[in-house]
Amino acid sequence: MSPLRNVRSWLDERFGWDELAAPLRKKTVPLHRLSYWYFLGGITLFLFGIQVATGILLLLYYRPGASEAFESVQYIMTQVQFGWLIRSIHSWSANLMIFTAFAHMFSVLFLKAYRKPRELTWVSGVILLFLVMGFGFSGYLLPWNTLAFFATKVGTEITGQVPLVGKPMMILLRGGEEVTGATLTRFFGFHVAVLPLLATVLILLHVLLVQRLGMSVPPKLEVQWTANPSAKREMKFFPNFMLREMMAWYAALGVLGVLAAVFPWNLGVKADPFVAAPAGIKPEWYFLFMFQTLKLIPSKVWFIDGDVLGVLVFGLVGLLWILLPFFESDQPSHTKRWITGFAAFALAYMAGMSVYGYLAK
Amino acid sequence: MAILRNKLRPFSAGCYFGLTGFVVLAACLSYGQTKNTCLDCHSALPDPLGVSQEKFSQDIHSQKGLTCASCHGGDPTSDDPDKAMSRKAGWKGKIDHKQVPQLCGKCHSDPAYIRQFNPSLRTDQLSQYPTSVHGKRLAAGDTKVAVCTDCHSVHDIRAPSDPRSTVNPVNVADTCARCHADAVYMKGYSIPTDQFAKYSTSVHHQALTVRGDLSAPTCTTCHGNHGAAPPGVDKVQNVCSNCHTFQDQMYEKSSHKKAFEAASLPGCVVCHSNHGIGHPTDAKLGTGPDGVCMRCHAPGDKCDQARASLESSLGQLDGAIKSADQVLGVAESSGMEVSEARLGQDQARDSLTKARVTIHSFRKDLVDQDIQAGLKIANKDLQAGDEAMIERNHRRIGLGISLIAVGIVMAGLRLYVKKIES
Repeated sequence: MSPLRNVRSWLDERFGWDELAAPLRKKTVPLHRLSYWYFLGGITLFLFGIQVATGILLLLYYRPGASEAFESVQYIMTQVQFGWLIRSIHSWSANLMIFTAFAHMFSVLFLKAYRKPRELTWVSGVILLFLVMGFGFSGYLLPWNTLAFFATKVGTEITGQVPLVGKPMMILLRGGEEVTGATLTRFFGFHVAVLPLLATVLILLHVLLVQRLGMSVPPKLEVQWTANPSAKREMKFFPNFMLREMMAWYAALGVLGVLAAVFPWNLGVKADPFVAAPAGIKPEWYFLFMFQTLKLIPSKVWFIDGDVLGVLVFGLVGLLWILLPFFESDQPSHTKRWITGFAAFALAYMAGMSVYGYLAK
Repeated sequence: MAILRNKLRPFSAGCYFGLTGFVVLAACLSYGQTKNTCLDCHSALPDPLGVSQEKFSQDIHSQKGLTCASCHGGDPTSDDPDKAMSRKAGWKGKIDHKQVPQLCGKCHSDPAYIRQFNPSLRTDQLSQYPTSVHGKRLAAGDTKVAVCTDCHSVHDIRAPSDPRSTVNPVNVADTCARCHADAVYMKGYSIPTDQFAKYSTSVHHQALTVRGDLSAPTCTTCHGNHGAAPPGVDKVQNVCSNCHTFQDQMYEKSSHKKAFEAASLPGCVVCHSNHGIGHPTDAKLGTGPDGVCMRCHAPGDKCDQARASLESSLGQLDGAIKSADQVLGVAESSGMEVSEARLGQDQARDSLTKARVTIHSFRKDLVDQDIQAGLKIANKDLQAGDEAMIERNHRRIGLGISLIAVGIVMAGLRLYVKKIES
């Protein structure tokens, strides 16, 4: 008996391993011309794993605090063996993860995979996307460089525009009226403790729901396969799909390696709260569409302050976005077209505004 | 009881109350204001007698409560021109050009009076003016020279700190040039009239007008304004050291100091010129068209050899800094972290600037101290840049090997999938 089988039999005797692993062996993945979209969730999960691993390594040297943060990241980049690689991978992987999370969400939206009974999978996924953006926002400040400082200042100011709760929320985020070392310590806490805890719980829930409910198939195909069960095609999750997923992970790893080695993440200049904000300052690309929209809204719309209106509209759209599956029909043959139109418009709007924001002075 | 009863009708009571209010209001509005009838006529008259209300309201004297009569005398409260401009009422009429300094000085040399308006304003203008060329010539009967109003303007005099003032640092050169750049007006004075044209091309003018540095010198900084020269300066040629202190300290140590004094040469001006002073470059030490040494020294002599050595030292440090900058620039654009070396480059540049100052001592041993300090830093930065480039290349080799490994694993997975699915 091979050593692996010995271990398996040892585990089976004690925990009933074979019984636990049985659903995994039975699990299948639908096979059709759009099956490759199923890889995106796994790639996002893989990148999250990279974030956790590189984040822990960075924690060995990173020191939160206005007087030490920048210097510690500089030390990681210049003195620590492979520190530059770990930090660059952490930063690039964060951006790639946000990109794949967005792509995963839109693929689910266009393939209508959020339909009954997967409403909660969608809700947990969208909240996870917001958490991932929160990771990006809080992590961006941690090197304590000029761009991060002013981006945080602008970002938290926007939070302060929310009626009633805005000001207390801004003070809670900043740890005072202004962005200071206290903000950095707070953001560090959110980034390495609060958000990871919430994200881990939600990821477990999300993955559990995916395992429990299986993979969704596009409505048209579902109708066809229900009418003609013999036309149904599927692939075993383990090992067939899993091996393909691993190939995608390796491809992601290769892309990360190229980005980290050829375009190491810039450190910038240490933040100085007493200098003027650099001209044309912009947030990270995933916040750019919101930033540009807020810039374009007039300062007063009727009697409402433009910024307040923008924040309220984004808040409302975000809430509607979470609740989107509840507007969908239960029948795969009667899916709502307007939801697809709304998704297409949202994607075009986000892409267009991001490009506009990137090009605008 | 009848005596307590108000016998006035309500309407009459209202009228009396309104009238009283009007009188009180008029009294309040007119309080502190002195009637000035001069402008009633003069605002309608053409130049040179015309002074508009708008123009005079811009004048700092008007803003401080002074009126036409404060300088011209007369009775500005009278509506009758004959009474207002009567000699009996102290009317002086047009102030004679020669009398202007005395008239202005009457108030401006009185510290007690001036303190009421501006305690920090100097009151030595009148005592300084006779020491200036303008003052001396005026005393000798030359009425073409500038008096107070020629520079400060008249009837719309503004504080020098006001950007619209004719004596604001940015406008001083234009004010002086009104006379000094006018060849016809200056005919007979035997002084050049190209100072303004030259100054307009100078590094000082650029600093003042383009960079907006109000501490950069203009005409009055070197030549003085009311007096003959700025305080503490015996000759205009020595005024440079007021700002360029370190250069002056080095020049004091140099052999040129003695030689220039013996030959009655005007110090800094010999090499740098005066009004048209350009941005100094290392080419001044060279033998090219911008070089200044060879104007006096002979090629190959001891001084020429020292000059060549100093020029070479400066060039060596400048070149080392540029080389390090270039390598660090490439490393930086490749994403390498070289901010410490970049900071070091600033120190190397400081050493070069210091060496360029020390050049004024014309002592190789002193200059070499700065050059060597700069070279040490620049070479260290160059080494840091080279190391960053080597590191970058190592990273790329490592990346290549990693990508091959990733490719092999992916191919292996693909083959394995094929195998289990066949």
